[in-house]
This record gives sequence, C-alpha cells and structure tokens, in this order.
Amino acid sequence: MVIPSVPPVLYLILSGILFTIGVIGALTRRNAIVVFMCIEMMLNAVNLTFITVSRFLQSMDGVLFAFFVMAVAAAEAAVGLAIFVMVYRSRETVNVDEINLLKW
Amino acid sequence: MFDYVWLIPLFPAIGFLINGFFGRRYDKKIVGWVACSALGLSFLTSILIFFEMIGRPPTQRVFEKVLFDWVVSGSFQTVIGYQIDPLSILMALVVSGVSFFIHIYSVGYMHDDPGYPRYFTYLNLFVFMMLNLILANNFLLMFVGWEGVGLCSYLLIGFWFEKDSAANAGKKAFVVNRVGDFGFILGMFLLFTSLGKHGIWTLDFTEVFANARLLDPGTVTAITILFFVGACGKSAQIPLYVWLPDAMEGPTPVSSLIHAATMVTAGVYMIARCNVLYSMAPISLAIVAIVGVATAIYTASIGFCQNDIKKVLAYSTISQLGYMFLGVGVGAYSAGIFHLMTHAFFKGLLFLGAGSVMHALSGELDMRKMGALRKKIPFTFWTFFIATLAIAGVPGLSGFFSKDEILWQAFSSSHGHFLLWLVAAVAAGMTAFYMFRALFMTFFGESRVDEHAAHHIHESPKIMTVPLMILAVLSVIGGYVGVPHVLGGANHVHEFLAPVLGGGAEPAKAHAGISLISQAWASGGESGGHAAALELFMMAVSVVIALIGIGIAYLFYVKNPALPKLLAEKQKGLYKLVFNKYYIDELYEILFVNSLKQLGVGLWRGFDDFVIDGTVNGIAYLFGWISSVMRRMQTGMVQNYAFSMIIGGVILVGYYIVRAIFY
Repeated sequence: MVIPSVPPVLYLILSGILFTIGVIGALTRRNAIVVFMCIEMMLNAVNLTFITVSRFLQSMDGVLFAFFVMAVAAAEAAVGLAIFVMVYRSRETVNVDEINLLKW
Repeated sequence: MFDYVWLIPLFPAIGFLINGFFGRRYDKKIVGWVACSALGLSFLTSILIFFEMIGRPPTQRVFEKVLFDWVVSGSFQTVIGYQIDPLSILMALVVSGVSFFIHIYSVGYMHDDPGYPRYFTYLNLFVFMMLNLILANNFLLMFVGWEGVGLCSYLLIGFWFEKDSAANAGKKAFVVNRVGDFGFILGMFLLFTSLGKHGIWTLDFTEVFANARLLDPGTVTAITILFFVGACGKSAQIPLYVWLPDAMEGPTPVSSLIHAATMVTAGVYMIARCNVLYSMAPISLAIVAIVGVATAIYTASIGFCQNDIKKVLAYSTISQLGYMFLGVGVGAYSAGIFHLMTHAFFKGLLFLGAGSVMHALSGELDMRKMGALRKKIPFTFWTFFIATLAIAGVPGLSGFFSKDEILWQAFSSSHGHFLLWLVAAVAAGMTAFYMFRALFMTFFGESRVDEHAAHHIHESPKIMTVPLMILAVLSVIGGYVGVPHVLGGANHVHEFLAPVLGGGAEPAKAHAGISLISQAWASGGESGGHAAALELFMMAVSVVIALIGIGIAYLFYVKNPALPKLLAEKQKGLYKLVFNKYYIDELYEILFVNSLKQLGVGLWRGFDDFVIDGTVNGIAYLFGWISSVMRRMQTGMVQNYAFSMIIGGVILVGYYIVRAIFY
C-alpha cells in the first residue's frame, strides 16, 4: 500500500505552530512547571523541523541532531525539576513572577 | 689643604644629623658640645685654608674642588663642587667664625628651653646651608644654599611656634622670600638659556663669567635685575624688607646670626660674586645703588621711633644692608664686602647684647622699661657701647672704615653720584642718632624697670659674656684690615679681594660732579693730591655728621629726657606716621595680601569648587542617573528576560527574511 505522502511544508507549518504555542506559553504562564513544559514543546517543535528536513534532504544529519536534542532535553528536565523541588521547599511556590530576587 | 674645602660645610652637616636624630635622647650638655665643636672645626678649617691662601701669590688663589656629578643631562652638567677664592674664604671665615661664637652664646641663652636639641639642629643646618651658598662653584648649588637658609630662617623665626605671632612671622618671612627667590630663579633660567644660545650650557661660575661678554647688554641687564630681586628678598631691601622686623620673633641669637650677621647678607655676596655681570650692566648697578641708599635712609628713619630694642636693631640691619648695596651698586664690590664683614661683627654683637639685656630683665624688650642698666650689667654695657660706637662710625672702630669706604666710593666712583653720597651721609647721621638713642634709653638715665624684674637683674653667665667680648674686640680691630690709603693704611681687604672682584671702579675718574666740587673746594689752586684731600674732607664731614647724630641723641635722651615727648607732641602727625612704620605693612596688607587672598578665595570658589569639582562630580552624577534609569531593566522576572530574547530572535530572523525578499 502506498502511504500518501504529506508535503513537507505542512510539517514545517505544524512545527511553527507548536513553537509559537510554546513561546506564548513560556512567556505568559506563571507556574514554572508549565513554563518548563512549554520549553519542552519548543524543543520538540524544533525536533520536528529537523526530522522533516532530514527526510526531505535524504540525510541522517537532522535525525542525529534530534537525538541529541532529546538527550539534552532529558538531562535538562532532570536538573530543572530538581531545581523546582528545591525552590518549592524554600519558598513554598514555583510561580516565576514571585521568584525575582536577582534584580536591582 | 685646599683639597679639604668640603670639610667646612661637612662638619655642620654632621652636627645637624647627630643632633637631629639623637639630640632628644641624651643630655643637653652633649647637644651643645656637638653643635659647637662642629662649628669650631669648620671655623678651624676655614682659618687653615685662609692662611694657606695668604701664602700663595694672588694669581694662584682660586681653586675648585669638584666632589661629584649632580645633574647630568645631555650637554648640561652640574656638579656638587666648592670654589675657594679670596671672596668665598673671607665669607666662610666670617660665617663660620661668627656662627661659632653665637653657638657658644646660645648654649647659655637657650639653656632652659625645652626645644634645646631642635634649636641646635636647625642652627647647624643653617650654617651648613649658608656655607653651601658661599662656597658653591655654580649657581644651582648656590641656589640650594639660598633656599636652605630661607628654610632655616623660617624654622627658627617660628621656633616658638606655639606663639601665634612667631608662627605668623615665620610664614611672612617665607612668603616674602619666595617672591625674591622667584626673581632669582628666573634670572638663573635667563642666564642659562641665553648662554645656551651661544652653545655654552653651564651654570658654573668660572665658565659663566668667562663667557659673559657673549651676552648682549639688554640680556645682562635683565639677568642682573632679576638677581637683584632675589637679593631684595633675602637681604630685606625695599620693597621686600617687611619680613625682617617681624623676624625678631625668633630667639635673639637667631636674630643675631641669621637676621643680622650672615643670611641677610647673602644678597650682597651674590651681587659681589656676579660682579662681572653687574659691571656689564650700568642700569642694574644704578638700580642697586638707588634701592640701597633709599632703604638705608628710609629704615633709619623708622628706627627713630621704635621702642622695642630688637626692632631698632632690625631696622638698623636693613639700613646697613642698604649701605652694602650702595657699595656694590656703585661698583665698589670690595667696599660692600668689607662692610658686610664689619657689620657681621658689630651687629651680631649688638643683638647678642640685646639678648643679654633681655636675659637680665626676664625677657623685657621695651626700652621704655629699661634705663640705668650701665652699672648693673657692666660687661653687656661695655660691649654694647663698643658696638654702638662702631656702627655709628666713630673713627678708629671697624664701622668707621667700612662705612667711610662706601661713602667715598658712592661719591667718587664712576658709577657714583653726589646725591648718593649726600643721602648716605645723612643716613649715617641718623644711624648714629637712633643707635645712641637705644644705648641711652637702655643703659643711662633713670631706671624705669618694673619692680618685679628689678629684683633679679643679673649679669649673664660667662658663656654668654665671653662671646660678647670676643665680638667686641673684633668690632674694634676688624676695620684695620681695610684702612684706606689716605689714612696711611694698605687697604688689605681690597687688595685681597681684587683677584675676584677686580680693582673695582677706578676712584676719582674725572666725571662731572667730582671735578666740579673738587675745583670749587680746592680753589686755592693746588693741583696735586686733590682726590686725597677731598677724600679726607669727606671723611671729616661724615664724622661730623655722625657726631651731630650722637650729640642730638645725648641731648634728647640724657640731658633732657622730656624733649622727645615734646617734639612728638608738636609733630603729632609725622610722629604717628613714623611710629607706625609709614603704614607700609597695612598698605601691603590691602594691596597684596588681601587682594591675593581674595583672588585665592575666588579661584577656590569659582574654579576649584565650581569647574573642577563640578566636572568630576557632574560626570559621576550623570552616570548615576543613567544607571538609575537603566537598572530598571533588571526586573528579576525570568519571563521578561525571555521576552527580550524572543524580541532579539525575531529581529534577527526578520532581518534575514527582509534581506531575502528585497535582495
């Protein structure tokens, strides 16, 4: 059976939409965990772009990069969540607008 | 022995270092011994060198001892070196000798002062600097000594600095001297650069004077006038004399040593040293002579009305310095130096005598509270009396010979003038008057001493009276080294100094004034011996003038003590004017001190506070303000930072998109 091929541009549009949602979420949400999830979403949007272009160009480079991004994102998730736990313990909140000590 | 000239200034320097570093740790006795023996050795060295010089023929009496290089910069080289010649050795003898006796006197005079070691430290430093000034073989080293003695003068005037008046007097002396020194240093620069134009970059005396003929007359006149400004400051001539009367705030031996015998004569010495330059500039010589004679008569008149014994002596010193400048100003350099020497003896003695009087009267300075001390302190009286006779120009004593030499030269030298002689002769009579006034008020008449002080009037200890007597002997015999030819003398001083100072201006060069007068006077028709007869006649005139001065003083202050008061009542305005020293201090206060102060305050407020501080603080405030605005960007909110990152990203991407579309 022939799987009808979806034109790459649609993948890229999807990736753009996902990225935009991630940006808006990261800028507007107060809860650090949600912000964090939004960042993950941006990373995944980028991953999608990599895969699409890789497929389009018939090259493995993009896939390789996607794996790297995923590995880094995993490590980042571990460290980030650990930080949130510690912040919550000391301040009893993970709202980013309340964590603003480093300022003038 | 000539090779050891550096020992002369070295001994006081060693004394200065020892007393300066360790003086407070040990006994007063040792401090006195160290200081006096340093001076004694220095004096001894001078004597030995002097006698060796006497033994040499006059052409071999100049010797330079270079110790080491000092400033070496390209073609300009200055050394630390000392020059021995008749002029410098004579000065060294006078300075180290008089200093030696005054040091010994000080041991007695300062005995109970808590600042005893400090006093001798300064005094030794002073002598060291003075000897540098005298013995230097170049202008720069001379200037070091010149400044050094100014510093010591300041330190010693303000020796009792806890007294406001002493501290202020020291400051005044320093500032006024600064004005003079400025002239001196400018003169030095001008000399240096104008000789440099001819390829001779040097300040060495020998080289400068050997090449002086390269300079054009205008430059030499400018240089010599600038040097004379320096001399005016150091030697207290019009218009810079105002510091010297105030300098009497210092201890009396200091007044004697620095402000009568040695330091203040540095200007005269300097002009004599530069006689080659001055002889090339008749205008400068005329200025020197006129300022000198004006100072002589002007300050003598102030001496009339002073009641403070030291102030009388101070004005007398200024007046006598005026004589010396008159001497060098008419080209009779050796006469000026001769008077410098005799003046060092009798004026040093007068001050020491005044110190002894103060010692006897528990520090009283006002002559109205003295009187009839003749019998009570006989040694002081007799020595003071001899010195007074000497300064008044009574024949046979040292002052007579030197003063008369100057008077005669003022009249007869080719740079002289009848008016110079006349004014100087009148001033001589005035000198006799005010000095005998001081003598009579102090030692004769009724006793006006406070009862309290009268109880313990006592003669000073031997350590003070012996220097008095030695200086008294010198005041008597000091003149006999320069007896003029007309009196059958040989004028040794003149001959001795001739290799350095030249023969001086030829006397009796037939210029208009002298031939006129000599013709009128010798109308009998004798042709031979006019000049000699005239000289004798002038001498007689000056003696008569001096005797008239003494006679008036006797009439006023011994015969009829009510007379001065009567006269003062009658001439109230004049008396007040003279009594207040012609209000010169007040005038300077208004003209210079206040205006400079206002200028200073104006610059402080306007320039320092406003411009400088304004600029510096303004820049700081500007950055402070910018920062206070800009720091609001640091909100501490992560999402704000993220937003600015996004903006940046959008701008970057937008740029590439726009570029891709339009190009």
